[in-house]
Amino acid sequence: MKDEVTREERVTNLKGLGSSRKRVEDARFTQGKGHYVDDINLPGMLTGDFVRSPYAHARVKSINIDAAMALDGVVAVLTAKDLEPLSLHWMPTLAGDKQMVLADGKVLFQGQEVAFVVAKDRYIAADAVDLVEVEYEELPVIVDPFKSLQSDVVLREDLDPTAPGAHGPRKHHNHIFTWEAGDEEGTNAVIDDADVVATEEMYYHRTHPCPLEPCGSVASMDKVNGKLTLYGTFQAPHVVRTVASLLSGIEEHNIRVVSPDIGGGFGNKVGVYPGYVCSIVASIVTGVPVKWVEDRMENLMSTAFARDYWMKGKISATKEGKITGLHCHVTADHGAFDACADPTKFPAGFMSICTGSYDIPIAYLGVDGVYTNKAPGGVSYRCSFRVTEAVYFIERMIEVLAIELNMDAAELRRINFIKKEQFPYDSALGWEYDSGDYHTAWDKALKAVDYEGLRKEQAERVAAFKRGETRTIMGIGLSFFTEIVGAGPVKNCDILGMGMFDSCEIRIHPTGSAIARLGTISQGQGHATTFAQILASEIGIPADSITIEEGDTDTAPYGLGTYGSRSTPVAGAATAMAGRKIRAKAQMIAAYLLEVHDDDVEFDVDRFVIKGAPERFKTMGEIAYAAYNQAIPGLEPGLEAVSYYDPPNMTYPFGAYVCVMDIDVDTGVPKINRFYALDDCGTRINPMVIEGQIHGGLTEALAVALGQEIAYDDMGNCKTATLMDFFLPTAWEVPNFETDFTVTPSPHHPIGAKGVGESPHVGGVPCFSNAVQDAFRPFGNRHTNMPHDHWRIWKTANDLGMHD
Amino acid sequence: MTNQIVKMTVNGEKKEILAEPRELLIYVLREKLGLTGAHVGCETSHCGACTVEINGKSVKSCTMFAVQAEGTEITTIEGLGSPDNLHVLQENFKEHHGLQCGYCTPGMITRAHRLLQENPNPTEEDVRFGISGNICRCTGYQNIVKSILSAAAELNAAKEAAQ
Amino acid sequence: MITSAFEYHRPSNLAGALTVLEEHGDDARVIAGGHSLIPMMKLRMADVPHLVDLQDIADLKGITVEVGTVTIGAMTTQHDLINNKALLAAAPIIHEAALQIADPQVRYMGTIGGNVANGDPGNDMPGLMQCLDATFTLVGPDGTRSVKAREFYEAAYMTEREDGEILTQISFSVTNSGFAYEKQKRKIGDYATAACAVLITKEDGKVTSASVAMTNLSDVPVLSEAAGAALVGTSCDAIAMKAAVAAALQDIDPTEDNRGPVEFKIHVAGIIISRAIARAWSRA
Repeated sequence: MKDEVTREERVTNLKGLGSSRKRVEDARFTQGKGHYVDDINLPGMLTGDFVRSPYAHARVKSINIDAAMALDGVVAVLTAKDLEPLSLHWMPTLAGDKQMVLADGKVLFQGQEVAFVVAKDRYIAADAVDLVEVEYEELPVIVDPFKSLQSDVVLREDLDPTAPGAHGPRKHHNHIFTWEAGDEEGTNAVIDDADVVATEEMYYHRTHPCPLEPCGSVASMDKVNGKLTLYGTFQAPHVVRTVASLLSGIEEHNIRVVSPDIGGGFGNKVGVYPGYVCSIVASIVTGVPVKWVEDRMENLMSTAFARDYWMKGKISATKEGKITGLHCHVTADHGAFDACADPTKFPAGFMSICTGSYDIPIAYLGVDGVYTNKAPGGVSYRCSFRVTEAVYFIERMIEVLAIELNMDAAELRRINFIKKEQFPYDSALGWEYDSGDYHTAWDKALKAVDYEGLRKEQAERVAAFKRGETRTIMGIGLSFFTEIVGAGPVKNCDILGMGMFDSCEIRIHPTGSAIARLGTISQGQGHATTFAQILASEIGIPADSITIEEGDTDTAPYGLGTYGSRSTPVAGAATAMAGRKIRAKAQMIAAYLLEVHDDDVEFDVDRFVIKGAPERFKTMGEIAYAAYNQAIPGLEPGLEAVSYYDPPNMTYPFGAYVCVMDIDVDTGVPKINRFYALDDCGTRINPMVIEGQIHGGLTEALAVALGQEIAYDDMGNCKTATLMDFFLPTAWEVPNFETDFTVTPSPHHPIGAKGVGESPHVGGVPCFSNAVQDAFRPFGNRHTNMPHDHWRIWKTANDLGMHD
Repeated sequence: MTNQIVKMTVNGEKKEILAEPRELLIYVLREKLGLTGAHVGCETSHCGACTVEINGKSVKSCTMFAVQAEGTEITTIEGLGSPDNLHVLQENFKEHHGLQCGYCTPGMITRAHRLLQENPNPTEEDVRFGISGNICRCTGYQNIVKSILSAAAELNAAKEAAQ
Repeated sequence: MITSAFEYHRPSNLAGALTVLEEHGDDARVIAGGHSLIPMMKLRMADVPHLVDLQDIADLKGITVEVGTVTIGAMTTQHDLINNKALLAAAPIIHEAALQIADPQVRYMGTIGGNVANGDPGNDMPGLMQCLDATFTLVGPDGTRSVKAREFYEAAYMTEREDGEILTQISFSVTNSGFAYEKQKRKIGDYATAACAVLITKEDGKVTSASVAMTNLSDVPVLSEAAGAALVGTSCDAIAMKAAVAAALQDIDPTEDNRGPVEFKIHVAGIIISRAIARAWSRA
């Protein structure tokens, strides 16, 4: 048979790696045919709604449900007392602590769940919530972690103050853990002897991932066959199934967890929330499906926050600017319960990536976790575990050191970067960076923005300001980040004991199309599009002929889910590896069909050809058909494979960002004039999707850096519980972003990909912040805390005497 | 409280539903008419995920009671385009990666539809200002703006060709 | 967020609306665009057993410009204000201000009547109406009366309007003054950190009249007569401007909120006022 199609066309037709393939998800979403949790309506379904605490710290003296129960249409009102016989009034957290499902004797943060009303519809439920009478006795409120560690007030009366916690000894009744990495003594010695030392304290404020879709679940207990189905906003559905089984005692095979379409996650949907547990209990109690969907205020006040790290740094260097040591201490405000979502052995996540992109010979990190009267959480908001905090810390320390050295911050970075030939690089805090070429990326970025020209312009603007000709100043924000993503190797990464592998199962259909199922779950990342591309390149079946399914634990193989940019590094690797198993079997089938030895055929785009005689081949379509209709000696029929991939290492994406900003000194209003983002995420699967991820992550970074905050008053009232005050930028506040890239593949990943979704957030926050701070550097600024909203920027100017 | 019959024309079809006065239009559309395209995102009229078109206005349907919509003509995302014949905006959102998680998309496209009715030749600034009542958490807007501008150009080209 | 239950009334004329208000007294409230009231009801911060929807009352809609007077029906939306050409010619400051209110969807629904009547110090129209020296028409069981915008506001959410009354229209003189509405906010949809409306008339290079009013800088809109007086007779030079700003700042009383502390607001107010004056002067 003569081939009418060129090889190049065959490659194009696959829409495999490197193709800006249009997303297969979009047909549904653009027509309003997405299927999110609140779109689920099951026959007889009831609605659950919470009575929540108005106080941040109070004793619950009594709960009277009589009036609520008397309301027509109210089916049940659950309190801790009702859950206690089932041992469900408390639940374990991902961080080895436990959390109240419903208030057990006291409340510890404003918005805490006190009672769960189950009613015929949302209207009756809301009315009933108002009718539940709760008597509180207010207790002293602690919102400051430093005060918490000095206070006689015991927040967690359920814990033995002298017994160790999940991560070792506790120093105080409000202390959770101390976690350390590196060599403190050695680091201190280096810093004490150094030519130059810069110290700084910085607060990375509390914020919230705030996906547009809030959290929710629908539980349906089928008492006839004993099966529980749980639909919900779960970034890790398989883990939810295991947790649900352990909590409820229902055998795991009798639980089906489904993550339908998820309207954004950004880390908010990793944890297990009281609402999920209550919907399950309510369905078991009532025997009918129960839906719980939180509203925006509940989302912002009670589900997982991010950040809230008080960081203290010391960095030392030679006179020439070569960094010699780094010391970091963090006081971490974890709120009322330690519900951080981190791998078990890492209570401060991967904060120990805080040596950044620099060759720092010795370093130390210590983190103290503390309880306060704030909402629990501590999730990775669009980042791998605490990596945004780490990168912000080092990128600010670099800037402060540059001030100390009176040196250009770009140059300081350049002379300290880990060199290309040093990879794989062992960091002082114990990570093995897989690959990188930082100097090339940095030079490309600085050249693209004409960095020297920008500095000249800035100097002219400073002079003009000082002459009184302008009231705006110019900031050049720099950041260079290295992420650590793709958790992670089972040897040191687990969540609730489950190793952080991921999985892919592939079935090739007789007519040459395929379905692949993964243990991850897309929340907008476009997995149905991009994983099919990985597979297309591996097995030679066009991406358009491959269905990707995720999120149904009855059908998908076990995986740890999607967060921390782990889907591509881990499940993407599993996909490639499963594809290679398919290809190995296909090779045997092809050889049989071509009547040659296995070793005499080789894979070529979408077929196996005879080596040296490419005109003789079998396409993957032909091979698939043969797998099902032809007895092949020594081979089982069918063409399927499964891979559980335990990554040998994390991946280390990196990037170089530059932001150019104007600041109105009198009003504190910033204006972003330019943002350039160079990302290196290794092998690029779908450039269009990568670019989209970068735009989105930078926008979330802008929000966090310039105003997005969960703030409390001294009474523990959340001051930012609606979108009036919680800053989500609109199209009007967001600039256009310039994107660029270099490609440094990961040496250990099957296709060399590293993951990208979170890089722009991780690198973006310090870049925006550095732009603000750089604008004030010529006027004496050293460091000011985020968020740089109008008044804080104004205050910086004011403190520097720029309004005099 | 007294339930009321509410008559509306939704996506060209006459509908009659029974609603308590406090039922918000978004819930009636989603739960009584099965039109789940528009979503609830913030409930305080900031996010625009619930945007539908009512009598030629873009309206946040979480901030309107269904009874207020008595007698109106409503277009939701389900009324724009069909599986075999996507609306130009739907096509362009797909083409230019103007969406990710899809949650804001129905409201965003419905809003963009009205914007282009009123301003068929928008500048980038017009588009950014015109969709500033719709929050997207995923895309950073850049590709949404691109999608809308491209749709406008396509609609105008089609109009010219028809003349 | 679900409101308490209520009865819905949708009268087709003003008399019908007044009857419902009279019948239910405190229990009844009118709804215009609803974008302030409905969120308050959803948060259960407003309890409204009887909701009176004014949308069918044709008399409450529309903009007329006749013999030097602009008359705007209370149910006229911000969107209509922005797109009305006669109004743009008669009082361009309204166009400039309305574009800075909320977002497109809210402007389709939000009305001028609702904006001026509910007494929210964050609303932009009250200050603007004081700047324009507008008159509000109130219709109640005892008939019709007029109240000056400058005398309408008593405290946050407290106005001259009696419970049984409906604010039906707003009128003011056509203005060809130099104008500016300057507003600083954190983002689209936010209330002002500080906002200022200025109208200035000029003859022979001197200010002949000046009106300066501010939004969200006190619990009521603030018209600073002293600021206006400080400008009259001057050429809006730096000294006059400084005096006007100083006078205006004497009249405000901002409170701390998430936008920032009082000292910040006062400073920004000064900047916004001076920018508004400068821009209005440049257009006078």
